[in-house]
Amino acid sequence: MKTETLEGPPIESAERRHTGPAPARIVVGYGFWIFILSDMVMFSALFAAYAVLSGNTAGGPTGAELFNLRNAFILTICLLFSSYTCGLGALSAERLRQDGFLTFAALTFVLGAAFLFIEISEFAGMIDKGAGPSRSAFLSAFFTLVGMHGTHVSLGLIWLAFMMAQVAAKGLGAVVRRRVLCFSLFWHALDIVWVGVMTLVYLIGVQ
Amino acid sequence: MNGDDHLLEDRTPGVESHEAMASVLWYTVGLGLAIVATIASFIVAQTSLLWPPGISVGLIVLALAQMGIHLVFFLHLGSGPDDTNNILALAFGVLIVFLVIAGSIWIVANLNANMTTMPIK
Repeated sequence: MKTETLEGPPIESAERRHTGPAPARIVVGYGFWIFILSDMVMFSALFAAYAVLSGNTAGGPTGAELFNLRNAFILTICLLFSSYTCGLGALSAERLRQDGFLTFAALTFVLGAAFLFIEISEFAGMIDKGAGPSRSAFLSAFFTLVGMHGTHVSLGLIWLAFMMAQVAAKGLGAVVRRRVLCFSLFWHALDIVWVGVMTLVYLIGVQ
Repeated sequence: MNGDDHLLEDRTPGVESHEAMASVLWYTVGLGLAIVATIASFIVAQTSLLWPPGISVGLIVLALAQMGIHLVFFLHLGSGPDDTNNILALAFGVLIVFLVIAGSIWIVANLNANMTTMPIK
C-alpha cells in the first residue's frame, strides 16, 4: 500500500499531521483566504450602498432602461471561463507542468481582458448617454460597485502577467506555486463577487 | 485498514496531493453546474411564466447556489480537517457580510419610512 503521497509508516505520518505545524501551503492559503474575506466585507458595504440607493434615480435613467442583459451574459461567461482556465492553470502548476500553466494563464488573461474591455465600453456608452456617475445616487452606487469589481479584475490581470513572467523565469518552485495558489484564490473570489453583481445589479435591476 | 483511513484523510482539499478533489474533471463539473445556474438565472429574469414578485427571491437563491458551486468546485472548500479554519473564517465573513447588507437595507428603509416629505427645490 505504498503510494507517493505516503511518507513513512501511516501512523507516524498521521501523528505528524495532527501535532506538527501545518504545511506552508495550508498556512499561506489560510492567510490569503482571510484577506479575501476582508475584501468581501468591503464589497458588502458597496453592495449595501447600491441596494439602498438603486431606486434613487433623481429623474434620470433607471436600471431597466440602461442595462443590456445580453451584454451582462457575455461578461458573466467571459469571467466564468476565465475562472475555469485559471483553475486548470493552478492544477498544471501543482503538477509542475510549466507549459500547461503558461497556456492556461494566457487564456485566463485573454478572457479577463475581454471582460474588462466589454465592461469599459459599457461604461463609456453610459457616460455618452448622459448616465455618468454624477447623474444620480443610483448611478454613483452603480459605478462604484461595478467599477470596484473592474478595478480588482485589472489588478488581477497585472498580477497574472507578473505570475506568468515569474513562472517563465524561475520555474515552478514551491514559493512560486504558492503565489500561483494565492492568485487563483483571488481570481475565483472575483468570480463569486461577480455572481452577486450580475444578480443584484443586472438581473434584479431590470425587473 | 489504518493505511486506508489515512489515504482518505489525505484526499482533503487544499493539501499538497489533492488529486481526488482538484482534477480537470472536478473543475469541469463545477464549470458545467455554474453555467447551468447562470443560464437559469437569465431565464428566470426574463421569463413571463413566473409570478413577478417571486422572481427576485428566486434570483437570489440561484446566486447563492452558484456561489456555493464556486466555493466547492473552484476554491475546493471542503469538510476536511485542513479546511476547518477556512470554513470558520468563511462563516464569520458571511455573518459580517449579512449584517452589513441586511442591516443597511433595514435601517435606511426605516429612516425613509419615518422621513417627512421634503419640498422639491
